[in-house]
Amino acid sequence: MTQKIVVTGIGATTPLGGDAQSTWRALLAGESGITTLEQEWIARYEVPVTFAGQAKVKASEVLTPQECKRLDPSSQFALIAAREAWADAGSPEVEPERLAVEFATGIGGVWTLLDAFDTLKEKGPRRVLPMTVPMLMPNGPAAAIGMDISARGGVRTAVSACASSTEAIANALDRLLSGRVDIVVAGGCEAAIHPMPISAFASMHALSKRNDEPARASRPYDVNRDGFVMGEGAGALVLETEAHAKARGAKIYAELVGGSVTSDAHHITAPDPEGNGAARAVIEALEQANAKLEDVIHINAHATSTPVGDIAEYTALKRVFGDHLDKVAISATKSSTGHLLGGAGAIEAIFTVLALHERTAPPTINLEDQDPAIPLDVVVSPRKLPDGPILAISNSFGFGGHNAVIAFRSYEG
Amino acid sequence: MALSKTEVLAGLAEIVNDETGIATEAVQLDKSFTDDLDIDSISMMTIVVNAEDKFGVKIPDEEVKNLITVDDAVSFITNAQ
Repeated sequence: MTQKIVVTGIGATTPLGGDAQSTWRALLAGESGITTLEQEWIARYEVPVTFAGQAKVKASEVLTPQECKRLDPSSQFALIAAREAWADAGSPEVEPERLAVEFATGIGGVWTLLDAFDTLKEKGPRRVLPMTVPMLMPNGPAAAIGMDISARGGVRTAVSACASSTEAIANALDRLLSGRVDIVVAGGCEAAIHPMPISAFASMHALSKRNDEPARASRPYDVNRDGFVMGEGAGALVLETEAHAKARGAKIYAELVGGSVTSDAHHITAPDPEGNGAARAVIEALEQANAKLEDVIHINAHATSTPVGDIAEYTALKRVFGDHLDKVAISATKSSTGHLLGGAGAIEAIFTVLALHERTAPPTINLEDQDPAIPLDVVVSPRKLPDGPILAISNSFGFGGHNAVIAFRSYEG
Repeated sequence: MALSKTEVLAGLAEIVNDETGIATEAVQLDKSFTDDLDIDSISMMTIVVNAEDKFGVKIPDEEVKNLITVDDAVSFITNAQ
């Protein structure tokens, strides 16, 4: 009999809140985490986009000064989310060799990298601190978590731009199903609200420029959407075999039933307009879940609020679900959180898990005039989901043509 | 004007505290950086670089391995000023 994989812990630090529950409550309340950036570098560099979704709680308020000093901001967020998830799971007793970490980032330690280069230019190589490399490496967040919880069953980092953390969760599912480990802490993080990445994303016209209305800037599916809004933070899930979870009497939020990673091989940044790769990822995840299309009642969409991306995802979903798509409650939670890049899939996985657990689909804010080209049933205020076994998916797509989809089912015991 | 040994110790203790969180009063002349204060090589290099900055001295890499105790470092810095 196939082993079931379940979610036993969640943790997050996001623009909406410093933990998973406060983030979820703010999301249900229809709040926006997007604010104007007050940093002096906005004016100094005349950065064209002056707002973002900054972490609601500063990492320095949670971690010790030494932890902050030795960790890039991305790793700081990762550690905060992972510790919350681990505690939420009841700090499980597990053999270290059977405990793994799958923790993603899209960009890695960009603050550390660029600060160190500034130091090199201004003060010379002697002043470039010896912790620079372990702080900037993309596997830094996963390694920090692994050391914190003594995970010796493998610590890995998926890097696939904005699909990274959904891919990490799909990889965690494979790892658990391999039978080699009992628990995986999975998720992702990002801390790239820095003038260089903002300028680079703005150069490619990927970002919203609604500088005078930051809270209304992230508006997936709205006709007046003009790009995504950068966010920062992290999300972490404790994933565990059902047998291990039951043996220790753990609470179970939901079951992780499917995951798939595909690639477009179409264009480095543009999605395949036919949505082939994305559609295939959805189908494969549902096949692994042993689910029918009609079983899907909720989707946490990738929906970044870019003109092209939102339509491409709709096209892919329509190809897969056909008429059933009209019956699926779609939530585009980046409208509230902004786009956490390598952390996006992780917090959206948590939202999907909580939607099933609490049987409530979260709202999509800022949808004032829905794009007629995207006739989805978009949830605009918290919506009750049906009783009984229900299934939901979460999509993430990234530059490079990465598609990652994961599927969760309500846990019925 | 050159700082006294006591002043260098106080300044070095602040650097150690900033890097590692070790209380400044625990940074005493007879303490070993590795055996007593549990400072690893990466932290030691960071402390050295910050000390060079703070005291305006040069601490060559080949000298760092000779800085076993806090007294070794304080004496080196005091003499190098």
